[in-house]
Amino acid sequence: MNIHEYQSKQLLRDYGVAVSMGHVAFTPEEAVEAAKKLSTDVYVVKAQIHAGGRGKAGGVKIAKSLDEVKGYAEELLGKVLVTPQTGPEGKEVQRLLVEEGSNIEKEYYISLIVDRATDSVVLMGSEEGGMDIEEVAEATPEKIFKEVIDPVVGLTGFQARRMAFNMNIPTHLVNKAAKFMLGLYDVFIDKDASIVEINPLVVTKEDEVMALDAKFNFDENGLFRHKDIQELRDLTEEDEKEIEASKYDLSYISLDGNIGCMVNGAGLAMATMDTINYYGGSPANFLDVGGGATAEKVTEAFKIILSDENVKGIFVNIFGGIMKCDVIAEGVIAAVKEVQLQVPLVVRLEGTNVDRGKQLLNESGLAITPADTMADGAQKIVELVG
Amino acid sequence: MSIYINKDTKVIVQGITGSTALFHTEQMLEYGTKIVGGVTPGKGGTEAAGVPVFNTVEEAVKATGATVSVIYVPAPFAADAILEATDAGLDMAICITEHIPVLDMVKVKRYMEGKNTRLIGPNCPGVITADECKIGIMPGYIHTKGHVGVVSRSGTLTYEATHQLSEAGIGQTTAVGIGGDPVNGTNFIDVLKEFNEDPETYAVVMIGEIGGTAEEEAAEWVKANMTKPVVGFIGGQTAPPGKRMGHAGAIISGGKGTAAEKIKALNAAGIQVADTPSVIGETLIKVLKEEGLYDKCKTH
Repeated sequence: MNIHEYQSKQLLRDYGVAVSMGHVAFTPEEAVEAAKKLSTDVYVVKAQIHAGGRGKAGGVKIAKSLDEVKGYAEELLGKVLVTPQTGPEGKEVQRLLVEEGSNIEKEYYISLIVDRATDSVVLMGSEEGGMDIEEVAEATPEKIFKEVIDPVVGLTGFQARRMAFNMNIPTHLVNKAAKFMLGLYDVFIDKDASIVEINPLVVTKEDEVMALDAKFNFDENGLFRHKDIQELRDLTEEDEKEIEASKYDLSYISLDGNIGCMVNGAGLAMATMDTINYYGGSPANFLDVGGGATAEKVTEAFKIILSDENVKGIFVNIFGGIMKCDVIAEGVIAAVKEVQLQVPLVVRLEGTNVDRGKQLLNESGLAITPADTMADGAQKIVELVG
Repeated sequence: MSIYINKDTKVIVQGITGSTALFHTEQMLEYGTKIVGGVTPGKGGTEAAGVPVFNTVEEAVKATGATVSVIYVPAPFAADAILEATDAGLDMAICITEHIPVLDMVKVKRYMEGKNTRLIGPNCPGVITADECKIGIMPGYIHTKGHVGVVSRSGTLTYEATHQLSEAGIGQTTAVGIGGDPVNGTNFIDVLKEFNEDPETYAVVMIGEIGGTAEEEAAEWVKANMTKPVVGFIGGQTAPPGKRMGHAGAIISGGKGTAAEKIKALNAAGIQVADTPSVIGETLIKVLKEEGLYDKCKTH
């Protein structure tokens, strides 16, 4: 789960991590009020969307007066920003962060991430802060430093200082930078984050070390123990169908094609998409119904798939292990009846209780095209959709 | 022969009184697995699926001599269950549970360092040695005894591949689902090593998916060490790039992790990769014929 920059910064403030001062605004008037509360002559008006690359897309404005703040707020609110991380459809700006401008001496990069290779949380840092950190990583990997963190002792002082020295933070500010990193690590662990990225971390002419931007990503599996983080979720930033799916613990991602897919297991779901593509079709979604599906969940999955107008046919591909085929069959039958299905449906069932599942489908008298294998099913649905 | 588990392996079920665990305990017993007990704190002294229930893993191990545990405990408590299995000195803990917080797993991995217990999973279908011992949630009937090892990050894709092999008359030694979570216990290389040393395994099917660099590392290991043919498949070849927030994920994986990168790495190690999941079986058969192993692997 992602949160906005202003929420990230509040979270950091709560942990004593230095961030630039600012307030959120939903209207141009609120933006002016927010600016009035700041003790500065230079304001930064920042679009709040769940994506990076805002600066280049024109989502960050420098204002020299309250009038300019109002002007930029009017310009940005309601505007659709397209950045490399939003996808081509872009994201509409609905919130702004109005901040004090900073006298930047130099920009750095800091992040914490759960690293698969070391099974640990890793602190990464570079003196090449700013927008093109991925290019830095590719062109000059020696400028990216890493500290692997032992979960027993956590990020240690010496590691944080070593990182600060490696990043060429001015010597007299190394302790401030280390304190920043230690605080960042505490938030990360306390809140079950999976990524936190500070880009840029800045050193100011007044010798402050602080976050000018902050991006958090939280582990969905850890959210159950963080009510406070759950409350920060901004549903307007998410796909409606994906929100609906998450209510039923279904893992759903919208795609551009016209074949709706319902599959159990992420690997099989991806493989099903691959197979549909291989036979010349195009999937409308990724949908993993997971291990513990009930008939009700399957019905909801159907409704979500069909709420996409582009869907011209559905392929159900289930290989039941923990998931029982008869449960899926019952769900499919109930769903077809309830939604009065108008598009072709191909069902491939295999696995636990498969015979009962197939029997239920046969006896239902519904127009369901059975398939023996994933390839068979993919070919059939591609043909039926035409 | 087989790897990890066989007909004599004694197994306990952690979280046995939950409905999913009960269902699968019955399925495992039916398959012939020696389930000797279960653990649910507070339900010690009772019975479930006809086997005794204990309050702690330690007690269960003492009373039954079990060497392997299978864990169905709900996600918020699953990490603790793995720690308990490790503390009790079991040879192996197989964790089926999905949705365990990743930071819990980071701690679990650290705790298990230098200890005797091998963790399989979490978020995996389990391990099965055909006709001998099934531990987990995979449907038993798709497996047949033979000479091909299967290792996979994806549960349902493992079934898909194994089913194809059985349909084509190619039996298996052991199928291992290592799970798809970012932090897990056993990786491809661990399992490949076992298959390489197992005299009954003549070839291996390895199923990966996008994300991480486990497949690339496995490919390098295969190139340097594997004496048996390996056939691969990578799921997610047409998955769109995820909508993402920052850059840290891309930097730490160093440009690796895409399906194209993984297939390139596997091919470079001499591993033939199936174009679609439906031809994993065919691809293996082709390789077995090239290597002169087909007749030895054709079991039925």
